[in-house]
Amino acid sequence: MSTARSAALRASAPLALPTAALGVTFGVLAAPIFGTVPALLMSAIVWSGAAQFGAVSVLGGGGSMPLAMGTGLLANARFLPMGFALAPSLNGSPLRRAGTGALMVDASFALAHRGEGRFDPVTVVWSAPLQYVGWVGGTAAGVAGATMLADPGRLGLDVLFPVFYLGLLLPELRGPSRRLVVAGLSALVALVLIPVVPEGVPVLAAAATALLGLKEPS
Amino acid sequence: MTWVLVGVLAAGTLALKTFGPIVAGGVQPPPALVRVIDLITPALLTALIVVSTFSDGRALVLDARAAGVAVGVVLLLVRVPMVVAMVAAAVVVAGIRLLVS
Repeated sequence: MSTARSAALRASAPLALPTAALGVTFGVLAAPIFGTVPALLMSAIVWSGAAQFGAVSVLGGGGSMPLAMGTGLLANARFLPMGFALAPSLNGSPLRRAGTGALMVDASFALAHRGEGRFDPVTVVWSAPLQYVGWVGGTAAGVAGATMLADPGRLGLDVLFPVFYLGLLLPELRGPSRRLVVAGLSALVALVLIPVVPEGVPVLAAAATALLGLKEPS
Repeated sequence: MTWVLVGVLAAGTLALKTFGPIVAGGVQPPPALVRVIDLITPALLTALIVVSTFSDGRALVLDARAAGVAVGVVLLLVRVPMVVAMVAAAVVVAGIRLLVS
């Protein structure tokens, strides 16, 4: 196995446990609403915590099916600009590029960033397997009734995500000083929007602060 | 209806992730766009950190997670390995929740 592959597997490993814990929570929540098999297949095919939790929270709260679909997709809308960010770094046939794009998740995207607008496709692809196994495996445990694991909060597992993202963010901020400005703005936008817009929109709007890059550096 | 939801979410997510790579793959963007792309990662990570620390659904909350993240920041700034910072933050959060509940 090449160094880049094993490096990506290793770098993504710390997120496998919290991802599995989140998968358990999803399985426990979703099985009574969708049924065991659809809940499990949803994790295997959709493979997106944000979209799946968005849809479940709408249906669990008595919302309609179209609203659940809309909420789920809105939660993932950030992948559209992220895909365009990734695109210049991808070579090969359209099918191959689409395959790399399909394996993009938040962590694989951030781990693959090499600066100056470049991303390492090998890292995108090989950061994915452990996350996928954790998510689907966790969901399987959840739908099978592992309710004693359904509250990851008790073990503090929910805090593993922000700390992992911080570990990726801090080295980024040691780069060009504009990144620090954008990070500050992004935090502000997200904080202001959390109580006023649907889930998923704060992250999308905050990511849009990257448009500050359109301005020439002074 | 459940299968329609699974299908729509799967197809929609796949479309969102693959549209850019399919239509703009391998094309070198102009310098202004390169600067924007460079800034997407820090903007995205910051937003994810804020949302996963201070939100509970659509409510803005300050709870044990903030303390855990604060511990994580300090440890990461003094270059403690990522996994150690993650475990320390989780221990802090679990401890606070144990004491408060």
